Amino acid sequence: MAELTLKSPCEGLLPVTCGALTLKEATPGPLTTIAPFKGQEAALSKALKKAHGMAFPGPNESTEGKAGARAIWFGRDMALLTGAAPAEGLSEHAALTDQSAGWAVVTLEGVGGEEVLARLCPVDFRLAEFPVGATSRAELKHMMASVTRLEEASFQIMVFRSLAQTLVHDLKTAMEALAARG
Amino acid sequence: MRIAGKGLAPEAKSVSFTFNGRHLMGQEGDTLASALLANGVHLVGRSFKYHRPRGILTAGSEEPNALVTLGHGPQQDPNQRATTQELFEGLEARSQNCWPSVEHDVMALNNLAAPFFGAGFYYKTFMWPAAFWEKLYEPMIRRAAGLGALSGEADTDAYEKAYGFCDLLVIGSGPAGLMAALTAGRAGADVIMCEEDCRLGGRLLAEDEEIDGKPAHLWVAEAEAELEAMENVRLMRRTSVTGAYDQGTYAALERVSHHLPRSHSLKGSHLPRECFWRIAAKRTVLAAGAIERPVAFRNNDRPGIMMAGAVRAYLNRWGVAPGERMTLFANNDDAHRTAHDLVKSGVHLAAVIDSRHDAPESDLYPVIKGAQVCNSGGGKQLESITVRSVRGEEKIQTDCLAMSGGWNPSVHLTCHLNARPAWRRDILGFVPEAGAVPGLRAAGACNGSFSTAGALREGAEAALAALNDLGLAAATQELPQAEDAEYRIAPLWAVPGKGRAWLDFQNDVTVKDVKQAAVENFRSVEHMKRYTTQGMATDQGKNSNVAALAVLADANGRTIPETGTTTFRPPFTPMAIGAMGAGAADEGFKPQRFLTSHEAGEARGAHQLEVGLWYRAAYFPKPGETNWRQSCDREVMYVRNAVGICDVSTLGKIDIQGADAGKFLDFVYTNGFSKLKVGKTRYGLMLREDGFIMDDGTTARLGEHHYVMTTTTAAAGQVMAHLEFVSQALRPEWDVRFTSVTEQWAQFAVAGPKSRELLNGLLDEKIDSESWPFMGCGEISVMGIKGRLFRISFSGEEAYELALPAGYGDSLYRLLVERAEALGGGAYGMEALNVLRIEKGFITHAEINGTVTAFDLGMQGLMSKKKDFIGKAMATRPGLLGEERMQLIGLKPVGAVKELSAGAHLFNPEDPVERIYDQGYVTSAGFSPLMGHMIALGFLKDGQNRIGDQIRLVDHMRGLDVQCEVCEPVFYDTEGERARG
Repeated sequence: MAELTLKSPCEGLLPVTCGALTLKEATPGPLTTIAPFKGQEAALSKALKKAHGMAFPGPNESTEGKAGARAIWFGRDMALLTGAAPAEGLSEHAALTDQSAGWAVVTLEGVGGEEVLARLCPVDFRLAEFPVGATSRAELKHMMASVTRLEEASFQIMVFRSLAQTLVHDLKTAMEALAARG
Repeated sequence: MRIAGKGLAPEAKSVSFTFNGRHLMGQEGDTLASALLANGVHLVGRSFKYHRPRGILTAGSEEPNALVTLGHGPQQDPNQRATTQELFEGLEARSQNCWPSVEHDVMALNNLAAPFFGAGFYYKTFMWPAAFWEKLYEPMIRRAAGLGALSGEADTDAYEKAYGFCDLLVIGSGPAGLMAALTAGRAGADVIMCEEDCRLGGRLLAEDEEIDGKPAHLWVAEAEAELEAMENVRLMRRTSVTGAYDQGTYAALERVSHHLPRSHSLKGSHLPRECFWRIAAKRTVLAAGAIERPVAFRNNDRPGIMMAGAVRAYLNRWGVAPGERMTLFANNDDAHRTAHDLVKSGVHLAAVIDSRHDAPESDLYPVIKGAQVCNSGGGKQLESITVRSVRGEEKIQTDCLAMSGGWNPSVHLTCHLNARPAWRRDILGFVPEAGAVPGLRAAGACNGSFSTAGALREGAEAALAALNDLGLAAATQELPQAEDAEYRIAPLWAVPGKGRAWLDFQNDVTVKDVKQAAVENFRSVEHMKRYTTQGMATDQGKNSNVAALAVLADANGRTIPETGTTTFRPPFTPMAIGAMGAGAADEGFKPQRFLTSHEAGEARGAHQLEVGLWYRAAYFPKPGETNWRQSCDREVMYVRNAVGICDVSTLGKIDIQGADAGKFLDFVYTNGFSKLKVGKTRYGLMLREDGFIMDDGTTARLGEHHYVMTTTTAAAGQVMAHLEFVSQALRPEWDVRFTSVTEQWAQFAVAGPKSRELLNGLLDEKIDSESWPFMGCGEISVMGIKGRLFRISFSGEEAYELALPAGYGDSLYRLLVERAEALGGGAYGMEALNVLRIEKGFITHAEINGTVTAFDLGMQGLMSKKKDFIGKAMATRPGLLGEERMQLIGLKPVGAVKELSAGAHLFNPEDPVERIYDQGYVTSAGFSPLMGHMIALGFLKDGQNRIGDQIRLVDHMRGLDVQCEVCEPVFYDTEGERARG
């Protein structure tokens, strides 16, 4: 009997290395948007902490929990839980929506990633302003993206799955132009 | 002429280049201008209007004359300033605005006709007949007058855009800029310093002076090394700040590869030609320096007449003397430095002519005081000047005259937010007012402090004040020792006399033109500018503005501050439009959204259709099919007779949850959803506040407080924004949360009489009509993968939409198509989908085009009377209901012509085909293989009462005139039996 096979959004497009920088497809595990119901913000944050080890993130923040779980601020009153399936009780406090297949997730690794992003996003990525853990729902060229600094020299970039090809094209173009400057 | 041992790099490597086909040698570090002067080339171009021979006037970005064209074809770059173009091996430059050559320019005949070409000549002469302006006069004038030209071929260069952020932006790297950057950098502030030159230092590279007891350029090198070593300082060379905008935002143009051979910046080699920066700075120090202004006298535009400061720059920085027998004409002490430097370098200086009676003496060269240069002689290069003094007129032989009318602080950026500069009598110049641009402080020459010591001091002070604003502690800086000469000047704008004395070299505007403007009552400086064209074109009057308005003030009998300046606007220096639009060419123009079935579709030869940003398959041609209609007809019949598969993932899907989710849907849809049973789907209509239809779609109830809404592809974003507005602004008290899941699910229509058979071969649990009735929905699994199944139909057949997580989309699509083919069906595209829905009278945004109401569609029954909903009150306005409305109808051809077209208009057969008789229009048309003829949907006045009538369809675009019958919009299975199975 035939089987259904899984295909990642950037299959065949990545990795790309250019100078000191590498763009890779990331596999952060399940992705779930968490949107607290009316008046449930505090209870949700508590439940999130208990289940996954991190509080509900404030605007432009991401919080790191246990076992690879991370909550990334994802817009008004919304976070994206990555790296873990949401624990049972969370749905009492928030609308949970599976988005695991809906986003192309890549990481830009290496020294100078800010310079690549500076060619695409109108966001201040200087380390002092955008430290490890900082996140932004930002315009990336013409696309609406989520950009998170995972480490000093590692950014996680997410756009809608269907835009994977354009995302790789735009990031690669910026990487090449930067590398060409030597 | 190069002077051995002179210049900042006397031992530099040789570089070969060509100018107008002539092979010449220059040095590394040269600009094209310094290399030409070293080769004794003065004649560089022809002027805009009169085609007068022109040479190099300045040594900077303000150059009005020495514009050249580089490259050919797609890489042709017109209007490049020889004074800023860095020399590189193999550079090829040529003069522009001349024919057949710069030496022998036929259009120079214009110069002889000069008496006719004065200010306002064009306006007065070419006024009538009106039609002649566009067709004859303007093309003729444009051919005769002008700058360089583009090749007309598409640009093959790469450009780039970037964003920068800093605590302090320092604009300019002369003494003020360097001191500001050092002060802020040492205090730990994030600094961006922009310098339009390829080297830091500004005027310090051009002057022979000392700072802290060492040559100024060595002090610059030390400062540069210190700044380079600071991680918090970013030095941006070859970068002009071109505009000041709100909130501390500045535009800057980085010329990334103008100094390299052209092959470096072509798209394939990735290096951009220019990068357009947007820099957001918390504070800014403007240290843009000053621009020296010419003095207007007869024939002051002859090649060989240059700015005094530029002569010093060529001498001290590049080791080039622009003449062998020099003269100097000035009204200020600063210019005497040129005389001093020339003599010290062993260049013969015939005389210094100073208009002031108290000009400083010198024992190195003769100074003629209280005298003026009133004419120049020579052909394409200066041969002599005529000096007028109390002793009368005398001619002096000279091949290069250095002139100076004083310095204009570069206030341009401080005027970009509409502030006006203030006049300072002591320096005869405009300076910026404090606060002209919030957060910006001017320092040094651009602030009217012309001594090096003054610039260093003001640079440090401005940086300290900025650091204080930012809350950063900073130590007071010890200022380096430097010259602190007083700036002495006496007014001299134009030397009286006959003939043409040039103010604006780039636009060929003379003193007489400005006076004429005043005589003709163009007395405001803004009117004078438009009348004479002074201050326009690539140099934007950098050299001429202040002198021109001084002449105008004099003609009007007013003071200079009363007269005021024209408005400086961005960009400060020219930039390629390609840089501003960087990244938007080719694939960069817009993002592309691809479906999970895209590759499988391509493999089947799918012809793609762009739907917004999405790419959707239009049809899948089979071998032997020569026309898209053949493919389309076949695909339609798959669905009617067997089973068809279509990717419908582009439809917007919105996941809605919360205790008030049902109430929320009741409010945004005209019909009710709170009473919909779990496991059921319902069609809904959504109105705008004004009562017209916004969108339609189906919404499924997955749980007590959980719905998933479907929108049309076209309105997915609009509906999402609308829901946000309703939830945030109209019903913030409701407990409802929603998010887009369009991309999470790959969703495929499985449509046709064999659809259930196909699904039952794939689903882990089989379905039947009872477990999955029409409009039923719920969770299913396919080979262990959980998904959703909706029994909805956009074709009128028994049909389902099967959704699995998008990661399985490609695999599922291939499987579905394979199974469909085994059952005598296959993949169908947008064309077939369109025909299928027209046959059923189903609407898309072709019908709900923003002018259509529920009444027009015959859907007024969907507008609930029991509850409130958005658009309810407005939808019942007079004029939105009733027989005057155009209503949805079907059309079929009944005459000899069988073709129908969307966009055609409808007329009564007895009426003339004129706008006022218009009865309606066609929205969708297609060939129905079932009917065997074309069918169409459209809107017709009082259409529902005219079923069976004849109507005339006219399409002027396609040349159609078709006799039609009005019919019900549902052509097939009017009772809907087939979908219900």
